[in-house]
Amino acid sequence: MRVEQIAVFLENKSGRLAEITRILAENDINIRALSVADTADFGILRLIVDKVDLAKETLRAGGFTVGKTNVVAVEVPDRAGGLASVLEVVHEAGLNVEYMYAFVNRSGTNAVLIFRFDEMDKAIAMLQEKGFVLLTGQQICAL
Amino acid sequence: MMWVEEIETLPRSGLESIQLKRLQALVHRMYDKVAPYRAKMDAVGVKPGDIRSLADLRKLPFTTKDDLRDNYPFGLFATPMDDVIRVHASSGTTGKSTVVGYTQADIDLWASVMARCLTMAGVTKGDMVHNAYGYGLFTGGLGAHYGIEALGATVIPMSGGNSKRQVTIMRDFGSTVLLSTPSYALNLADAMVDAGVRTEELKLRVGIHGAEPWSMNMREEVERKLGIRAVDIYGLSEIIGPGVAMECLHSERGMHILEDNFLPEIIDPDTLEPLPYGETGELVFTTLTKEAFPLIRYRTKDISRLFLEPCGCGRTLIRMEKVMGRTDDMLIIRGVNVFPSQVEHVLMGIDGVEPHYQIEVTRDGSLDVMSVLVEVSENIFSDEIKVLENLTKKIQAEIKDMLGVTCKVKLVEPRSIQRSEGKAQRVIDRRTI
Repeated sequence: MRVEQIAVFLENKSGRLAEITRILAENDINIRALSVADTADFGILRLIVDKVDLAKETLRAGGFTVGKTNVVAVEVPDRAGGLASVLEVVHEAGLNVEYMYAFVNRSGTNAVLIFRFDEMDKAIAMLQEKGFVLLTGQQICAL
Repeated sequence: MMWVEEIETLPRSGLESIQLKRLQALVHRMYDKVAPYRAKMDAVGVKPGDIRSLADLRKLPFTTKDDLRDNYPFGLFATPMDDVIRVHASSGTTGKSTVVGYTQADIDLWASVMARCLTMAGVTKGDMVHNAYGYGLFTGGLGAHYGIEALGATVIPMSGGNSKRQVTIMRDFGSTVLLSTPSYALNLADAMVDAGVRTEELKLRVGIHGAEPWSMNMREEVERKLGIRAVDIYGLSEIIGPGVAMECLHSERGMHILEDNFLPEIIDPDTLEPLPYGETGELVFTTLTKEAFPLIRYRTKDISRLFLEPCGCGRTLIRMEKVMGRTDDMLIIRGVNVFPSQVEHVLMGIDGVEPHYQIEVTRDGSLDVMSVLVEVSENIFSDEIKVLENLTKKIQAEIKDMLGVTCKVKLVEPRSIQRSEGKAQRVIDRRTI
């Protein structure tokens, strides 16, 4: 129950994000979710897209450093306490969140939380055991 | 004033006959005692007896930094280690230092050439000399120190660093002469401003600056900010350290070479042919009087010019122009010699790092700042910030470890480093020299 995520190295200079989105648009690749992590000198763009391999190939051909990693997507009701319920489980299990981001799906009833944990297998097992809904990449694209 | 007037004002013919006598003795000694150099002479079929005039110098093989490295650490010493009383070392191209040795006579010689240089800058025994060159393996601190003592002036052995304390001591002790790298002199000027010390409170009169390239603009800045006359000194550890050549207070351009000890040539770095006076090329030195570590035709890689026109001070010694650059890619960062190959060596030692890098040198205020740009390959890329940050810290620490220079490490996108004619441009020096 993992979702493939694309990570792209961003040098801190103007026009880089625009260049990435241009390449994705030209190749008819749809972005489902994204986050940018930044430091003073560089950034990392993380993307969940409908065509992972094509995105990786075309961005790489465009001169970018691209990585593919696995993340966990948890679907929770879009209401107060939705995220808290997940993080409580994570904390109790002694897991660490390396980073996370979130989006609300089209119907507006559920939110999708994207996590990168230090111990992915343990996290998946724990969340499933507690009855959380984990989405696949295909399911995210179908939302 | 001169320290040894009878030598410094000799007519050329008198000086040249001293040089020839010393050169002939040197070549015999090298042939007898230094096997690697004997092998070089044998390879080109030159015997010590073939050196009959100074013009015959060109028959002798060159010595290069590679020779020093190949014979690391003591392989080129001409005396038994029992006679060597001190060693110094400077950074080498791939982590191996360049090691030099001195007998008691060499130390005395060094003190005397340094005293002669100080005298050229008007320093006398009445002076309080603030020596801010680094003490240690680097030749700057101790080389200057012994010269100041030989002159009979008072030396304050400050070494580098702790600028605030330097300023306090300079004011309280009444330092009249400052010895430091030019960039450190500017650093001290800033520290004075920070400490609220005005130049009128100081007794500083003259600054003697070397060990790194500096421009005329920088000289004016040093003179203005410290309220002193700033002069240039030249030296390199292989030849002896500071004390090879010195600008006098009369010279409009260039430094007098103490050529009764250090015989200079200018060569074309491509054809290796000696060039006439006035032409620009690579500076080459033969040490005429050193015992432990003499060198014949050592290629300094420094680009300069020699000229014989008489100087207002009355010295007949040949002068060399301010060094205009290097024939190799050596950088001098805050007085430390840095070769791009050393940086490459560090990068290649880190798992996954590809040799796509660039060194950018800038000046922040008066301090040199070295940034190392490293292209992020997929091998080292991560979706986690901390992994990339740890990588930059690791590179920074290893460069500091190897070179003794703190640098900034900047990760850049692949293929963003300029490549000219398919070859990467390794160094971008944005300092205005």
